[in-house]
Formats: sequence, C-alpha cells, structure tokens
Amino acid sequence: MAFDEPTIAEILRRQGISRRGFLKFCATTASLMALPPSMVPAIAAALEKARRPSVIWLSFQECTGCTESLTRSHTPSIEGLILEQISLDYHHTLQAASGEAAEAAREAAMRENHGKYLLVVDGSIPMGNAGYSTIAGVSNLDMLKETAAGAAAVIAVGSCAAYGGLPAALPNPTGAVPVSAIIKDKPVMNVPGCPPIPVVITGVLAHFLTFAALPELDDHGRPKVFYGESIHDRCYRRPFYDQGKFAETFDDEGARKGWCLFKLGCKGPVTYNACATTKWNQGVSFPIQSGHGCIGCSEPGFWDMGPLYKPLSMPIAPVQMMVGAAAAGGAIAGAAMAMRNRAAKKSAQAAHQKVTVEDLEKAK
Amino acid sequence: MTALELLTWARGPGLSIALAVCAFGILLRLFEIFGLGRKADLSRPRDHSPGSGWRTIVSRSLPPPGMVKQAPVTYIGGYVFHLGFAITLFFFVPHIELVRGLTGLSWPGLPTQLIDIAAVAGLLALIAVLASRLSNPVKRFLSGFQDYLAWLLTFLPLATGYLAFHHLLIDYTLALALHVLSVELLLVALPFTKLFHTVSVFVSRWYNGDIFGRKGVAS
Ligand code: SF4
Repeated sequence: MAFDEPTIAEILRRQGISRRGFLKFCATTASLMALPPSMVPAIAAALEKARRPSVIWLSFQECTGCTESLTRSHTPSIEGLILEQISLDYHHTLQAASGEAAEAAREAAMRENHGKYLLVVDGSIPMGNAGYSTIAGVSNLDMLKETAAGAAAVIAVGSCAAYGGLPAALPNPTGAVPVSAIIKDKPVMNVPGCPPIPVVITGVLAHFLTFAALPELDDHGRPKVFYGESIHDRCYRRPFYDQGKFAETFDDEGARKGWCLFKLGCKGPVTYNACATTKWNQGVSFPIQSGHGCIGCSEPGFWDMGPLYKPLSMPIAPVQMMVGAAAAGGAIAGAAMAMRNRAAKKSAQAAHQKVTVEDLEKAK
Repeated sequence: MTALELLTWARGPGLSIALAVCAFGILLRLFEIFGLGRKADLSRPRDHSPGSGWRTIVSRSLPPPGMVKQAPVTYIGGYVFHLGFAITLFFFVPHIELVRGLTGLSWPGLPTQLIDIAAVAGLLALIAVLASRLSNPVKRFLSGFQDYLAWLLTFLPLATGYLAFHHLLIDYTLALALHVLSVELLLVALPFTKLFHTVSVFVSRWYNGDIFGRKGVAS
C-alpha cells in the first residue's frame, strides 16, 4: 500500500459522491452493522483516513456467481464504489492480466502488504485429487495455504467457501471442504449465501477498515449482524403465515395475493440471512417478494437438506412403503403372539385336573 | 452435526424409523389384544341392554355427577390437556402438511394465535395434573414409572413446539429438530406404554360397557 495512494474518501469524492452522501453511507453501514448512531463519526473518520486495503481474491471450485453478485450493480452504489476502490490486487475473473503476470501480481501484493492484506475466497477446496482444480498449475490447497499465511484475515465468500456448497453436496466427488477446514490460525469469517448479499461484503469491509478487526461472529463463523435473524422472522409475508393463509401452488389465488409460501417449500424459518431486510438489487426485492420460497442457500449443506419444494414439516423421504411393511410385520408378529397365547391357554385347559369331593376326602 | 443436519435426519431417516416402529407396534398390540379371546360367558345376561357398550363410550367420557367438584384438577385438567393437545396436533398448518405429505389428506388449519392458546392451555394443564399427581398421596401411590414417562413424552413435543414457535431459549432450527425428535420418541413409545390408549380407549370402553351390561350394571 503506497502512501501516495488516495484515501477512500478522496476516491469517493472524485467519483462525485458528496460529503452528505458519504455520511449517509456511514450511517447506513452503522445501522446495518447494528452499531449505535454515535459510531457514525468514528466510521466516517476511519474511512476518510483509510487507504485502499489490499485485497487478494482467490476463486476455487465456484461458479463465479459470488463475483457476479458483488460486482453487478446497475446503478453504481456507494457500496459498489467502496468495493471497486479497494485495491483488488488479484482476482482472476476481474483482472486483465492472466497466467504468470497474474500470479506475479498476487505474489507482489502478498510481499508488499504482508500481514495486512485481506484474503477473500470464493469456492471450495478439493481434497481428493489436487488436479481437480488448479490455477497456473498450483493446487487450490497450496495456493490457499500460501496466500493465507500473510493475510490479516480471511473472508470466505459464498456457501462453497464457507461450507463446501454445491461441490461438497453428496456424494462430494472432489472431497470439497470449506476454507475453515484448512485455515485454523487466522480469523476466518464466513459470508455464506448462494450468492451472498453484496452489501454484507461491503459492510464487513467497512467494519474491517474502521475497527481493524472482523465483526462479531456466530457459531457458524458468520457476522452476527447480518445472520442473526431468520428470514421467517423478518419476512413481510409472516402475518399470512400467522393467519394460516398459504399459497398452495405458484399460480393460485393465494400466490396472487402474496400469501405465505411455507406450503411451497419455503425454508425461511430455518435460514439465517439478511435477504428480507437488506434485500437485493439495491433493496428492490428478494426471492420471497418475487413469489418463490427461500431455498435456504446460506445454511451449511443446504443442498442435502431435503427437497426444495417440500414444506419443512413434510417427511424428506417417502415413508409409506416402509411403514406399510412395518405394519404388515406387526400384524404377522401379533397374530403369531395371539396364536401362542391361545395354545398356552389350550394346553393349560388340557392340563387342568379335576378335583372331586372324594379326592379331597381321601386326601384328609 | 449442525442443527439443520439434525433436523434433516429427524425429517428423513428418524421419521421413517419412528413411524415404522409405531405402525409395527400398533398392529402387534391390536392383534395380540383381539387374539386373546374371552371366555365364553355361559350365564344368562342379567338385563337385556343392547347398546350398553356404545353408551359407555359416551358416559365414560363425561365426568360422573359430582366428580368435577371433588377432583377438579383431574377432570378439568384432563379435558383441557386433551383438547389443547388435539387442537395443536390437528389444526396447526405445518402438522396438516405433514399428514398431507404422508397420506395426501388435508383440511383447513387454524390461525396460529388460536393454536398458541391451545398449546399453552395444554401445557398448563399437563403441569397441573402432574402437580396433583405428585401432591395427592393416593395418586402418587398409584403412579409408576410408566405414568411419569407417558407424561414426559407428551409434555416434550408441546414444550419444544412452543419454544420453537416463539423462538425461546434455543435457536429455532435446533428447537424444531428437537421438536420433531420428541414426537418421534412419542411415536416409538406409543404402542408399548399406556399411551396406547390413543388407539384402544374406545374399544376398551365399549367392551367394559358391554360386559357390565350383561352382568346387569347399567351404563
Ligand atoms: S414466505 Fe417463508 S419466510 Fe415468509 S412467512 Fe412464509 S414461511 Fe416464513
């Protein structure tokens, strides 16, 4: 990080963002991160002074959806600009250089900012055969270890990097694992989602720039402020759930009236994410608002958590055959028991000895 | 294992096992009970009382005169619990969805506020009847391990369901997993404990009424 580089505030000003707009962003960030309003000046001061942090972005077994999510905003927002203005020293989808030049850029960034750069990872790491996924001939595992060694912190972006995601779905052919399974000696933060919400990333970056630390994390390594509440708790369709009004199909009366999507398989009740509050596309909408239930993409192993279109309370596997067989087995066992009881009764009757008065007299 | 994995196990293999054990047990017990047979009653029926069995089904479901006053907790608690439990079980939409998933049958549910009232009433009634069972010397004397087990197995699904619904104490996903697991415990124990009365209650009431009718005891 060279010192003649402009600060983030300077860059934003050059982009035509007013002071007022900048403070508004700081206030939004503070409220997003559940910080008290009194923190706004501190955030503003820290961001004004902060120079572009060096960020190395590694992409492993992924679909580029996370990068798409983070870079595609149709009207550039301040969050988008913050993201653009970070010194993204290596990102093989976005950078112009490729091959050895790209790798040289990564190595240079690692050297120059040793101990200070942020490492962002999307995609899972194959542990099966190193050849399953390589970059410039280097296996994902080696590259992750090497790059994480000098990082201040690691952010695992997307469900693949956070939990293994689709590549790790059963039967996990590549032996895919998340970042946290490999990096144990650095703070690792998970920002799951398939893909995750862009503003979560920028919010976390702003937090890192302000406090030089990652925000508070939950048991799954996710920033609590964004993943603290379930979709269901924040869902605007919740009153319909409570009233017992449900869409039964995607095109019935209930669907048109915007009723709850529980019966269509919504996983909102067990999914912790900020979609229902921050929404997508600059707050335009989120899946449930566009009529589709939540699929729970930010939960660990969501691909293997049952059919997407079955209500949460429905059994995952067909049980009828098994229950039918068990009932038949029960009937047979019961009949056998009944027969045994009857036989016991019969033999008891047969063995019954009659005692007459004479017998008793004799016995005297 | 994460809470969601536990829930997925409970919704998948766990549920299959529990339902299979329950179905096996119910059929086993029914065949066993009906297969027992009864000794031929050679005496002439005392009274001709057709329908005595059926009348008993109704009359034994109502408190005998004066008893509500004498044992209010037993009677009122018993009614409130059974009603609350049944309303919660059969009219909460996710439960109906479960039945629909298993059998294809469904019916309209009730608003969650009403279900909530029913569940709380059921829980309070269960606590009250347990307190009375423990404090009343006669009841305590008559109670064995199975009675307390049956109480616990019924209490847990209601309690965990309540916690899950209101997001109390534990994380919702975990609460839901525990709720499903507690129901599975109940299903497994149902055929082999006093909980079997869910299946046998009206059969035994009918039988008692009928046999007593023959012996001249009016129902
Ligand atoms: S649509 Fe989904 S998240 Fe919203 S209330 Fe219904 S079940 Fe909950």
